[in-house]
Amino acid sequence: MSADATIAPLAPARPVDDLLAAAPELRAPLVTGLCRLGDATLILGHRVSEWCGHGPALEEDIALANTALDLIGHTQMWLGLAAQVEGRGRSADDLAYHRDAMHFRNPLLVEVPNGDIGRTLMRLFLFDAWHHALLERLVSSSATEIAEIAAKALKEVHYHLDRSSDLVVRLGDGSEESHARMQAALDLLWPYTGELCFGDDTDAALAEAGILPEPGDLRSAWDATVRETLAEATLAVPEGRNDVQRGGRQGRHTEHLGYLLAEMQFLQRAYPGAEW
Amino acid sequence: MVIETRPDAATVRDWLAEVPDPEIPVISVTDLGIVRDVGWEDDTLVVGVTPTYSGCPAVAVIELEIDAHLRAKGVESVRVERRLSPPWSTDWLTEEAREKLRGYGIAPPVDGTAGDVGSLRAVRMGGAEVAVACPRCASTKTQMVSRHGSTPCKAAYRCGDCLEPFDYFKCI
Repeated sequence: MSADATIAPLAPARPVDDLLAAAPELRAPLVTGLCRLGDATLILGHRVSEWCGHGPALEEDIALANTALDLIGHTQMWLGLAAQVEGRGRSADDLAYHRDAMHFRNPLLVEVPNGDIGRTLMRLFLFDAWHHALLERLVSSSATEIAEIAAKALKEVHYHLDRSSDLVVRLGDGSEESHARMQAALDLLWPYTGELCFGDDTDAALAEAGILPEPGDLRSAWDATVRETLAEATLAVPEGRNDVQRGGRQGRHTEHLGYLLAEMQFLQRAYPGAEW
Repeated sequence: MVIETRPDAATVRDWLAEVPDPEIPVISVTDLGIVRDVGWEDDTLVVGVTPTYSGCPAVAVIELEIDAHLRAKGVESVRVERRLSPPWSTDWLTEEAREKLRGYGIAPPVDGTAGDVGSLRAVRMGGAEVAVACPRCASTKTQMVSRHGSTPCKAAYRCGDCLEPFDYFKCI
């Protein structure tokens, strides 16, 4: 969880346009890579926002709404950049509201329904541990815009991880009931976590250019944070592989995403272009 | 009213000091440290503004208010641009702003804690919690109630002496 881990950049950062002028073949992978980032924060942000008005305590309700707001803020930056790199005149809103499930590139972990507050917090923690490790790398991206967005988001995600890990420890090492619920949440979510650190050809191309890290390189940092926190929370790390539920980052989703999008996209689908 | 001569950057900043933050009207956008640069591009006045938090809903309102205020001052062409880098830090709050916040009942950020958000983990491991002074009675016998408060930039606290709840402008 150290905030001061720095990774030496491969090369001085350059604006995305300059990078693409030198390597135009990176445009398509980069759009996908940016959508993977923006879709992860969008879908998780939407899930967390579902708690608004339903939190178990007023403070928790407000905290979850604030967390959702940060994640949606990150989404605007990532999808905004994705749309700009794509260069087809689409906006961040177009990408969020006018794509169908198969075009979303978020990991499956973030589309799993919230369940109880225990599962919601456990999911946030498992995600935050990865998100934090990722952003620590991205601040040294070879693309200036990505490094700048990451530097902004990292401050907020540092706060997210601190809070979610604290709650996992309190509830895991809490009452018999809270312990059982946190363990059940962990057991249910565990098979989805491996996808976060599972790379493909797109990742490899972007990693080679120093734009995004190889997902596998984040595994040790994620593992260290997760195991340390779970031990403190007196929760047992599930046995067995954690990478069996994969495919979201390639557009193969669970049935849950369609229901989520039906709600999230309703207004823009029914009244295209509607503005506040 | 349309002005004849271009105001210099210092004048524009003075004008912007009259634009209140929509959520915390006691401080201005310049107090908050979010106005990053002011300059002319041909006949257009360009103001660079950085968001406090990525998803802060006040950002759009602030940009509109800056635009409206400068037009009311007689500047015909204004463009407000968003700046991401360097990311906003509570270190940029002016001394004046800190006093205004305190007077308004919001504890200002504790100096030197930006970037180290008062790690709950450090506290759990026996470390000292950042001492936040109550804006009403100045007691440091205070306790965090929630990491998040009424806006993205604040946390909720309670004073152990005067027993009043208060907002703390959290450090990032």
